Amino acid sequence: MQKLLNRIAVSVRKSPVIWAIGVLLLAWLAGRARQNPVLFAQFLVDGIRLGFVYALVALGYTMVYGIVRLINFAHGDVFMIGAFAAFFATTRYHWSFVPAMVLAMVVCAFLSVVIERIAYKPLRDAPRISALITAVGMSFFLEYFTALNFVFTPNFIVFAPQPLQFKSWNVLGVTVSNIMFVIIAVGTICLVALYYLVYRTKLGKAMRAVAWDKPTARLMGIDVDLVITFTFALGAALAGVGGMLYVVAYPQIRTFLGVMPGLKSFIAAVFGGIGSIPGAFIGALTIGMVETLAAGYLSSTLRDTIVFSILIIVLLLRPTGLFGEAAKEKA
Amino acid sequence: MSECIPSGPIVLEVKKLCKNFGGRVTGEGIEGGLWAVRDFDITVREGELAGLIGPNGAGKTTAFNMISALISVTSGEIIFNGKNLVGMPPHAITQLGIGRTFQNIRIFPRLTVLDNVCIALHPHAGYGLGSAIWQGADFEAKESTLIETAQELLSIFKLEDKQDEIASNLPYGEQRRVEMARALAARPKLLLLDEPAAGMNPAEVRTLMESIHFVRDRFKLSILLIEHQMRVVMGICEQITVMDFGQVIARGNADRVSNDPRVIEAYLGKQGGKPGRRE
Amino acid sequence: MQKPRFRILGQSWRFWAMVLLVFLVAQWIVMPRMSDFRKTAWIMFPCIMAILCLGLNLIFGFNGQFSLGQWGFYAIGAYASAIITYRFGARVSLPVEGITLQLPDLIQKIIPVAEMELFHFDAGKAGLLLLATLAGGLLAALISAGFGYVVLLRLGSDYFGIATLGFTIIVQNLLNNSDKVIPETKGARGMIGIPPLTSFFWVFIFLILAIVVLRNLLHSSTGRAIVSVREDEVAAQAMGIDVLKYKVLSFVLGSFFAGIAGALYAHLYAFLSPQYFGSEKSFDPLIIIVLGGLGNMSGTVIATFVWAITLEGMRIWLPMGFEAYRFVIYPIALVLLMLFRPQGIMGRVELGFLRATKWPRRAGTAVPAAPDVGTETAA
Repeated sequence: MQKLLNRIAVSVRKSPVIWAIGVLLLAWLAGRARQNPVLFAQFLVDGIRLGFVYALVALGYTMVYGIVRLINFAHGDVFMIGAFAAFFATTRYHWSFVPAMVLAMVVCAFLSVVIERIAYKPLRDAPRISALITAVGMSFFLEYFTALNFVFTPNFIVFAPQPLQFKSWNVLGVTVSNIMFVIIAVGTICLVALYYLVYRTKLGKAMRAVAWDKPTARLMGIDVDLVITFTFALGAALAGVGGMLYVVAYPQIRTFLGVMPGLKSFIAAVFGGIGSIPGAFIGALTIGMVETLAAGYLSSTLRDTIVFSILIIVLLLRPTGLFGEAAKEKA
Repeated sequence: MSECIPSGPIVLEVKKLCKNFGGRVTGEGIEGGLWAVRDFDITVREGELAGLIGPNGAGKTTAFNMISALISVTSGEIIFNGKNLVGMPPHAITQLGIGRTFQNIRIFPRLTVLDNVCIALHPHAGYGLGSAIWQGADFEAKESTLIETAQELLSIFKLEDKQDEIASNLPYGEQRRVEMARALAARPKLLLLDEPAAGMNPAEVRTLMESIHFVRDRFKLSILLIEHQMRVVMGICEQITVMDFGQVIARGNADRVSNDPRVIEAYLGKQGGKPGRRE
Repeated sequence: MQKPRFRILGQSWRFWAMVLLVFLVAQWIVMPRMSDFRKTAWIMFPCIMAILCLGLNLIFGFNGQFSLGQWGFYAIGAYASAIITYRFGARVSLPVEGITLQLPDLIQKIIPVAEMELFHFDAGKAGLLLLATLAGGLLAALISAGFGYVVLLRLGSDYFGIATLGFTIIVQNLLNNSDKVIPETKGARGMIGIPPLTSFFWVFIFLILAIVVLRNLLHSSTGRAIVSVREDEVAAQAMGIDVLKYKVLSFVLGSFFAGIAGALYAHLYAFLSPQYFGSEKSFDPLIIIVLGGLGNMSGTVIATFVWAITLEGMRIWLPMGFEAYRFVIYPIALVLLMLFRPQGIMGRVELGFLRATKWPRRAGTAVPAAPDVGTETAA
């Protein structure tokens, strides 16, 4: 906590403009909140729910980027596959919530490892753009292949029956549902587990070493390829959880479902400072919140314009995101 | 500095140059961080060949990078022909007349040798975007003058046969010569050479020294060169500045510097001994 | 140098004669055999796409700035020009009576038309298209200058790519909502009623101009400065190159190309939909230039045609009911191409007049040479 406060203090000193804008925005929001506290609380609750889903996907982007400097555009589609895995497990085979989630994680992790081995690993020494193009290719492939009539069809499918019986309560005018609690609980568990794994275990240390300096990590006896594969699997497993939670919250699925949430999660990772795990989490919560508030208070159709404008402004003020490593002076 | 032999007008005057990495700016100044360069002064006169030496990590390249504005200056002044360069962008400094080479060669790897040199001639091309696109007679004349100038520079460095080779395919020594030709193409009045002898054997170092002399006389330049091996500089530099831990510890001609106890200490530790013996 | 030579844009009369020949063959022999509009669009669409991709190749391939904004500038050019022609298209007309030739039977075997109409066009409409196209290009260039200056000053590499991707998404989102300000765009429903002014003649002229202008630019001192920024920014600065200036210049010129391409696209199908300008397709130009070879002009043009004709072709060649498979086959082909030829189909090989000028070596003149540097001969 002390560390976080310290970092915030450093950040305020480094970029006062962004903090000033942030404070102004908060003041404006506080004004709106005073007018109608119940509505504001509702937006907040919805924003957190969305933010947690984004966070689970954003972590995969940020870990993979941190370790191989690749924007894994197929990640959003892995998220979609996770949603479908959960869908089939619960609606067709009547699995309950937790087994379905585990299935989604396993399917996503496996798929992601296959993609990594086929499409990215052979290109590790090629120019970075080649792997980016194969990532876009894999993304198209997953979207259009699953949209074929004998796979999932290109149509929307309603996710029913749900693995969780939807229940909602009215707390002081704000609608909260059991699904929201599940999302926050599962999301928190995943984040804590990931944090423990990355910062408290030997494997996590190896991951950080590979992200920092691959050749040296190899010299220290770390199996770099294995660590990279593991990172892909881990990120995809979290995306699988995210995919399941997303369709539980918004129960309509389609094979192109991953595109926008994938993009938003990626933006969240960039916003928080790509490569940084706490950054991805804070970024995702911020993006989820900004999106809900912008849609609620300003314009629901201009939501994307607002989110992406904020992203560009933040990048201009802090070119490596909120928690990103400051660029080194080069010469 | 009474011993400085050249007494021409001052070309470069650096005063109290400082660079701090990672320190915090407070009301009174800068707190903490690492002072890579602190209160560095140097004066280079017209036609002078000055050397800047010091052990690894002494802050020589940092000082160079501040002079060519590749990194920002924390405090201090860099005056070149009467103009303070602090705050100017690097390309403007080059256009004013400071050319440089790099410690780890930085040629444009995928371009031909000729293109490498032509790029440095770009500020002197004399034609703009419009005539570049139209490619009329004016363009042709100016472009062929530019190419000829580049080829002349290449033949000075005996690279005329290599003009169409891709720069990164050349052997190390030739890449160094391309870099030198390229630096001269920028038409500098002051040339900064960052460890030109790195990776050379003693015989190569000797010919390098001769060619540095030659270049200075042919192009009427002042030269400031960095070296961490003392022996290299001793033979050719009229004025030598020694740095250690970011600060100037000695200054003067070769004799004076090599007998300075602080220099000996910096190079060999407290035990003493003759400088220059250590690699 | 002595006698004045015929040169337009630095190219000899032979070059322009070739261009004219290619045009005549395409216009009178190939096009009439593709009377169906969809098929003529087969040739026109890749030409437009090639202009767009050449612009992106200047930004990314030659200048090294990873941009996903090309699609946004394409949209801007398309909509800006469409609004102009939509408003004035019906009013401007200035038909020119050309000559009509009756073709003898023998020639009709080659040129499958009975009457050949020469110089038979509407000067008013042509002028309007030209004006709208330039306006589309200029607006794209203007916006890119503002956006580019601010963003390139601060961001490089992947972060620039992300900011430009954001730009494309913002443009699409604004177009979806544009009917509140400009009713004729009809927002998300798509803009209809744009006069279909784009003809093969215009597409061809703009493509040739784009190629020649880009070639001339790159084969000049300015072009070398642009490429030096890609090769090593720090070294370029140290050689006196104003890195920001050349980044912005490439970005603006590339976006100008995008605007032109957008304007031609708008008047090709006479229909514009914000959906087409969405982020998903924004990767197409990037894919094409990487397929053709980054920093390779001939590669870009060839790859555009291969890409467009393969995608369109699959629609026809795939058996009934299997059309959906083309977007399954396409990414597989893409991944395989990248795995086996990451440097693109053309790699570094340029064709014809796009090749770098070979300067003759200098004759042995009496320049005093420096003592051998870095060789052991003097030891």
